[in-house]
Amino acid sequence: MTDDQAGAVLTPAIDEHPRETPAPTIRTVDLTKRFGDIVAVNEASIEVGAGEIYGLLGPNGAGKSTMIKILTTLLPLTAGQAWVAGCDVTQDPSRVRRRIGYVPQALSADGALTGYENLLVSARLYGLRAEDRSQRIAEALELVGLSDASQQLVRQYSGGMIRRLEIAQAMLHRPAVLFMDEPTVGLDPVARRAVWEHVLRLRDTFRTTMMITTHYMEEADGLCDRVAVMHLGRVAVIGTPQELKTQVGAGASMDDVFMHFTGASINESGGNYGEVLRTRRTARRLS
Amino acid sequence: MVRSYAPAAPPAVYPERPAGFVTFLGHVFTVADAEIRKLQHDPVELLMRAVQPTLWLVVFGQVMSHLRGVPTGKLTYLDFMAPGILAQSVLFIAIFYGVSAIRERDMGVLQKYLVSPISRVSLVLGKAISASVRALSQGVIVYILALLLHIHATWQPLNILGVLLLIVMGSAVFSTFSLVIACIVKTHERVMGMGQVMTMPLFFASNAIYPIVLMPGWLKIIATVNPLTYEVDGLRALMVQGGTSVYGLGVDFAVLLAFSAALMALAARLYPRLVT
Repeated sequence: MTDDQAGAVLTPAIDEHPRETPAPTIRTVDLTKRFGDIVAVNEASIEVGAGEIYGLLGPNGAGKSTMIKILTTLLPLTAGQAWVAGCDVTQDPSRVRRRIGYVPQALSADGALTGYENLLVSARLYGLRAEDRSQRIAEALELVGLSDASQQLVRQYSGGMIRRLEIAQAMLHRPAVLFMDEPTVGLDPVARRAVWEHVLRLRDTFRTTMMITTHYMEEADGLCDRVAVMHLGRVAVIGTPQELKTQVGAGASMDDVFMHFTGASINESGGNYGEVLRTRRTARRLS
Repeated sequence: MVRSYAPAAPPAVYPERPAGFVTFLGHVFTVADAEIRKLQHDPVELLMRAVQPTLWLVVFGQVMSHLRGVPTGKLTYLDFMAPGILAQSVLFIAIFYGVSAIRERDMGVLQKYLVSPISRVSLVLGKAISASVRALSQGVIVYILALLLHIHATWQPLNILGVLLLIVMGSAVFSTFSLVIACIVKTHERVMGMGQVMTMPLFFASNAIYPIVLMPGWLKIIATVNPLTYEVDGLRALMVQGGTSVYGLGVDFAVLLAFSAALMALAARLYPRLVT
């Protein structure tokens, strides 16, 4: 990133100087993660440009979540290298943490606190100055349309409201990169569209780079600038949704792309019990 | 070589504060404050915690008082056991604290803390203080029971302060112990099981409801390495009139401090493993 672009992250202004040779905001080189004998991520190399919305697709167990956990410093990598927002995730994890936001797959806003209090916790953790806090929190709530609900306990929120709160929470410190693990899982179509709109608005306002995983092909198609399809820990293909559809054949949909590159067979090794349980728990809290 | 390439660092998106002591304390406060706010929203849980010490003091204590078989020195048996029951209630709350750590992991709350700039030590210390806040409610309950049951409690402010400090430290030891267990066994059920396995030995192999002198030799050894013993010992000296410390208050505080420091260091190392 040049100084110009970083400035655009800080101040909500449209970047008037188009990126000529953008340095990638996320870059992995032969990223590999093994759990014992299992290779969860196998020599994955990707580059995500500044301000890009990048989708990670693939069946359960393809390595998407592991990849996000490594890039957010939750998991150490086994081999290869990864940089996020200019910092090496292995050598400089604490600096990476200050520059990223993360929305986990589970609904992670604390239900026993109000929306405002959830944001207050984040504001303090990220060292926002006390004199700026209330204004930033008010802005963030406004941005995701939750100003009126800020004093309610989050357990009274709908699923879509919780998601929007979490996005506000993750954006409070204006991260260079926002990671979202299945941000719209279990949401009804209206709530899902609302989340997309907010994601796009944030990107356009702050030029935030976003990496999302999703199982919804329409989300990959409509929201992502580029996607990487993962299969059995490897990156099978990378491209814009349009490129991939063209590559698979005339009239192909993203569903076809997904099945083409992941072999369409049901992968019995993927999606272990814990993973399915977590998804169900999230879905239950949403309904 | 291509691989030595690293993207240029963007300038700080937000002023990057150095990881100083002020930041450390601020983070500890943040974690503990979140817990206090939760209790303010839903204080019913604390009231339910009053049942157990009440039963022990009212039922068990009254019956044992009439036995007069336990050598408690100058103290009445109720006076003798009140500090023990306080320590026990604190233990029972703290030893299951790991369950809430697992729940936070399942809900993704822990993941959010771990990707934030908070240091692992501040997170663990903040959690220990959160657990202590709950435990302090037990102090209030036992003092109220002391009034109702005519237990000869000491009402000197300094003594009460010392009691509160002992509650905080005892709670820190056992809640952090529970956190360490949670990081190792990783599931809700196992943490519950381990908690249940641990509480009885910790309670009975201590000076909580009878003096250590009554114990056979092997049990004495266990009781002497049991941190609960030192918590009770300190409480007994500070909480009831005529109560004395066997080991000395300095030793009691030092032992609890050493245990909590060691366990916190261990928990800070293990905590990130909970999300893997």
